[in-house]
Amino acid sequence: MRSRWAFGVVVVLAVSLLVSGLAGGQARALRIGFVSTLSGGGAALGQDVLDAFQLALRHLGGRLGGLPVEVLTADDQLNPDVARAAVERFLRRDRVDLVTGIIFSNVLLAVGDLVFSSGVFYISPNAGPSEYAGEQCNLHFLNVAWQNDNMHEAMGHYATLKNYETAFILAPNYPAGRDALAGFKRFYKGRVVSEVYTRLGQLDYSAEIAQIRAARPRAVYAFYPGAMGVNFIKQYAEAGLMQQVQLLVPGFSADADVIRAVGKPMVGVFNSSHWALELFNPINRRFVDDFRRTYGRIPTLYAAQGYDTALAIDHGLRAVAGDLGRKADFRKAILSGFDSTRGRVRFNKNGYPIQDYYLRQVVELPNGEIVNRLRGTIFRNHGDAYAGKCQLP
Amino acid sequence: MSVSLVLEQLLNGLQFGLMLFLLSAGLTLVLGMMDVVNLAQGSLYMLGAYFAATLAAVTGSFWAGVAGSVLGTALVALLLEVSVLRRVYGADHLTQVLATFALILVFNEAVRAIWGPQALLLAVPPELSRPVTLLPGLSYSAYRLTVIGAGALLAVGMFLLIHRTRLGMWVRAGASNRRMAQAMGVPIRDVFTGVFVVGAALSAVAGALLGPIFAVQVGMGEDVLILAFVAIVIGGIGSVKGSLAGSLLVGVVDTAGRAFLPSAFGLLFAPEVASNLGPTVASVLIYLLMAVVLFVRPQGLFPVHG
Repeated sequence: MRSRWAFGVVVVLAVSLLVSGLAGGQARALRIGFVSTLSGGGAALGQDVLDAFQLALRHLGGRLGGLPVEVLTADDQLNPDVARAAVERFLRRDRVDLVTGIIFSNVLLAVGDLVFSSGVFYISPNAGPSEYAGEQCNLHFLNVAWQNDNMHEAMGHYATLKNYETAFILAPNYPAGRDALAGFKRFYKGRVVSEVYTRLGQLDYSAEIAQIRAARPRAVYAFYPGAMGVNFIKQYAEAGLMQQVQLLVPGFSADADVIRAVGKPMVGVFNSSHWALELFNPINRRFVDDFRRTYGRIPTLYAAQGYDTALAIDHGLRAVAGDLGRKADFRKAILSGFDSTRGRVRFNKNGYPIQDYYLRQVVELPNGEIVNRLRGTIFRNHGDAYAGKCQLP
Repeated sequence: MSVSLVLEQLLNGLQFGLMLFLLSAGLTLVLGMMDVVNLAQGSLYMLGAYFAATLAAVTGSFWAGVAGSVLGTALVALLLEVSVLRRVYGADHLTQVLATFALILVFNEAVRAIWGPQALLLAVPPELSRPVTLLPGLSYSAYRLTVIGAGALLAVGMFLLIHRTRLGMWVRAGASNRRMAQAMGVPIRDVFTGVFVVGAALSAVAGALLGPIFAVQVGMGEDVLILAFVAIVIGGIGSVKGSLAGSLLVGVVDTAGRAFLPSAFGLLFAPEVASNLGPTVASVLIYLLMAVVLFVRPQGLFPVHG
């Protein structure tokens, strides 16, 4: 009896091995582990990146660098522990070839080492922590969007140009929040009257708004992505501060996701961005038109980044004929530049972009639609402050 | 530090504290009367916010949304009490925690399945979306003032109900000593069902009114549930008066901590240290408060058990 039972097991095992071997032999699919924030207050961001990534895949015929693609998704719930478990599963069980998708820097910093030490590339569509830009830069890390400080450096520079003598600055207390205010202060020449860090995910800003009212600064600079931005700006307007203190924000806090939720009070707000709806190049036209048609909403800068992430991977894989084992060549191909929704993007040796940063303003169109419009260029060919410390070639 | 800043922060603390009270009033009675740890109270709060957001979108009126959400949540609470909670009354606390924690997961997944993972929008009613000038130099959101008013009204109502009516006497008797009250002929089971439903309705009011201030999203109940537990432990389990005092303390201390601690640390430490230390200490301040209260008065501020 016992031997017949064992024989059965062996047969089942052998057949399943054979079948899986056959499946593997047919076509080498590129497995992408996409871990992102898909629930809670940051869900709109992750969903935009994911939707646009899928749109780019459709535009590329379902293939990246000629390889058929299989995208595995996981929701990190903006929780580093959940993200770590998901990435662990991607790497050990699913044996993904590449990981991408993370929105928040604290989540990325919790899983980065895990991905890099497995010899797998992480291509960042959003999170760009300073930690990975300097001494800890990594061969396996590329960011197609920006380094965390950049957008805020642009607004700091703009605040200086506008001669706002005093500023009250706020951000959530997490790595990207600290990068944000460091970036703003790097280029802001006025006096910072108060620098406030709030809990990541905080949604009631009444205490902070009271402090702003008491401090009477010329300008307020607030970095709040997702639902945090929606609530901060709504409450700022409800408190009657819009007319009293100039509100400056990065593009994250004034893109379509926030505008949809806040509505009219947003009109007039100036913000910085590396991308804009009306950038005139064929890739952006096709992206914006098809994104609106497919998903029925205006794309955000996050969506543009998700789209560009797929384009960058495609570009890199073409250069190595689909062989991700040629790591240095794959990396070099992307670093030397790829065509994106923002035109040609070039990179520093640390894997972060060198690009233009624009000034946008929220306006109401005659048909009642509220969108961002380009108002000028703040920086040209702007890199980050940390690349000098990166030892990579 | 001007007077108007302190005043505004007090209003903020009051507003938060009163909403916390609406959540903790039901929690404290359930725990005090029936000795049931009900973690699902936060889910009822979430449900209240979702019902309000949905009904407000359908009817176009925020207040219709609030009213409908109170009725809807009360109905769900009634079903919940009859179907699940009645079975865990006699059980030990671990069983209750497991059962009601399971309810949190069920509610969260159900809400995710019905409404999707993205946060819903619940807008402030337009007539209240502008600031009101209270004093020269102090303007305050009209909506938040309304929330304070509604919270105060409900708190007074609860006080009268508990301390001035026969029903309230039964509730107090049950909270003080369930068996003795039962022996004296108080229909504890029915009173408890009523208390549970009223508690759920109050949570729904809190969820609906806080919807426009926070965000209507999955898991919104858990954050506030922890604070509600802190409030009832500070106030004394089973006492509505205590839960009001505890909630207001938590609201004011939490707001004041966030508002004044970072700048106070800024005077003592270097900016980098202060910017890290300030938010961290502010977030543990209410737990420090709880520890101190428990050290001085282990039964809470208003103990009910003789």
